[in-house]
Amino acid sequence: MKIYLEKTYIIFDRELRGYFRTPLASIFLLVFLALSSGMTFFLGRFFERDQADLTAFFAWHPWLFLILMPAIGMRLWAEERRSGTIELLITLPVTNMQLVVGKFLASWIFTLIALILTMPIWVTVNYLGDPDNNVILISYIGSWLMAGAFLALTSCLSALTKNQVIAFIISSISGFVLIMAGFNLVLSSVRSWTPTWVTETIGSMSFLSHFSRIQMGVFDLRTLVFFVSMIILCIWINVQLVQIKKAD
Amino acid sequence: MQLIKAKGLCKSFGDFIAVDNVDLEVSRGEVIGFLGPNGAGKSTTMKILTGFLEPDSGDILINNIDLKSDPLKAKEFIGYLPEGAPSYSDMNVLEFLTFVGKMRGLKSNLLRTRLGEMANQISLKEVWNKPIETLSKGFKRRVGIAQALIHDPDILILDEPTDGLDPNQKHEMRNLIKTISKNKAIVISTHILEEVEAVCSRAMIIANGKLLANETPANLEKQFANKDIITIKVFNKINDVLAKNLKSSLNYSNIKIEKLDKDTNRILVSDAKKAPDLNAVLKQVNKFKLNIIEAGFVKSSLEEIFRKITTTNASS
Ligand SMILES: Nc1ncnc2c1ncn2[C@@H]1O[C@H](COP(=O)(O)OP(=O)(O)OP(=O)(O)O)[C@@H](O)[C@H]1O
Ligand SMILES: [Mg+2]
Repeated sequence: MKIYLEKTYIIFDRELRGYFRTPLASIFLLVFLALSSGMTFFLGRFFERDQADLTAFFAWHPWLFLILMPAIGMRLWAEERRSGTIELLITLPVTNMQLVVGKFLASWIFTLIALILTMPIWVTVNYLGDPDNNVILISYIGSWLMAGAFLALTSCLSALTKNQVIAFIISSISGFVLIMAGFNLVLSSVRSWTPTWVTETIGSMSFLSHFSRIQMGVFDLRTLVFFVSMIILCIWINVQLVQIKKAD
Repeated sequence: MQLIKAKGLCKSFGDFIAVDNVDLEVSRGEVIGFLGPNGAGKSTTMKILTGFLEPDSGDILINNIDLKSDPLKAKEFIGYLPEGAPSYSDMNVLEFLTFVGKMRGLKSNLLRTRLGEMANQISLKEVWNKPIETLSKGFKRRVGIAQALIHDPDILILDEPTDGLDPNQKHEMRNLIKTISKNKAIVISTHILEEVEAVCSRAMIIANGKLLANETPANLEKQFANKDIITIKVFNKINDVLAKNLKSSLNYSNIKIEKLDKDTNRILVSDAKKAPDLNAVLKQVNKFKLNIIEAGFVKSSLEEIFRKITTTNASS
């Protein structure tokens, strides 16, 4: 077990450092900070709302992640397959599960770093007023969980192709579908011709509806279970896809 | 002891049969040269042996461990250089080898020793801290070899290890393979036939996925000797009179006498119509009381053998 985790950690470590080996990481973090604060302060009318909370900040996260998470995760498997290094990985004494988990965790921790770097916004709110910090903490956790689901999905889809750009595009489109699943417009168009349980299942798959509950400070088990099982499911599919597509 | 034992390996991609019932056994101390035209199935076989690809059928024992049922244990014994020597181009040489070493389970002390040995043995010192993407093709290949050797495995599977190396580096690489081969089982694939003669104890020729020959290079040469020309090397001066007498006593249309050096000559006997009879020729030559050093049929070069084997199979 110890060795099992050790190997996963070595994969994780290489991958996480990989983000910082090129200027890409710093560029990404800057873009993330600029967009998240820009959207909060300008598009989100942070000041006009005259309310000391971070609702405006978190409200943009699903849309921000829709682009940024595929950008972080697109290379995870597509690049291994393009460069042929997947042959090295798979002939090492490790399981595909260790490889997939290690790589996924690296991208997830990288997003955690990005989220932590937005702390100044939180400090600002506390300086300006008296926000409910519990809600903010729950929102941060929820945001990170949602990012994890996006990343697991991206990692899984990036095993389908050798081309990072294609991985990016299919991941964004899939993410978009998962966000939209919660909108009434979508649901009502499906409702008319499917049984209720289908509509409800689709509705419950929506990232948006789960995330909006979190944003209000409601952290129920269902939401936690939803994002975690989404991550686990994607990781499992990812392992299968690596197995199927490795030699193509 | 046999470190690799593979039986009945088959692998298809769709309708295309890439590996067709290949058996392969490699013992400690052997270096197998895997030869074959482009697309013969060399790399595919190697990918199967290293556990990257699962064969459609066939069994593989690595150090007596079944690769299918215990892949993690079996993979520990193998070092593998994939075709094209892929590596993480954004890492530097030290980082990359450290990563592979750790994944191979080397603890820090041993890892440090092995890294030092790799730097020396494979002459990587000058590029040690350079990003791999900035290295020349030859150095990239050497990094790939170092990566395969880092855990000092019992079994080495190297797909075109000398491809892209300059002649000096090729020579060094062959020496390296020879030195480490004593207590390892090594399989290399190559398109360079002299390499097989230089380092391999056995040549396996494969075409269209089928194993066509599995012999020592010397045996192959014997087997494919050119039965149409007899060569006799003698330790004698041969003057014009003797030459004339020799020619008239041998009942064949084409007899050549070549001077090799001051005291040795070579008599080549062939005939446009029939293959010469070695016994009869020797009997005749003996009558002249010559000191025969060597006699036999002219050997084909490995290159000719390769062409013969692989083209006759392709047409059949
Ligand atoms: N993943 C794959 N999908 C489909 N066909 C493949 C795949 N991998 C290999 N092949 C085919 O199998 C055949 C054998 O390929 P392989 O790479 O083993 O040849 P090789 O002997 O190594 O040739 P070379 O000397 O050119 O390296 C080729 O015709 C190749 O196109
Ligand atoms: Mg090949």
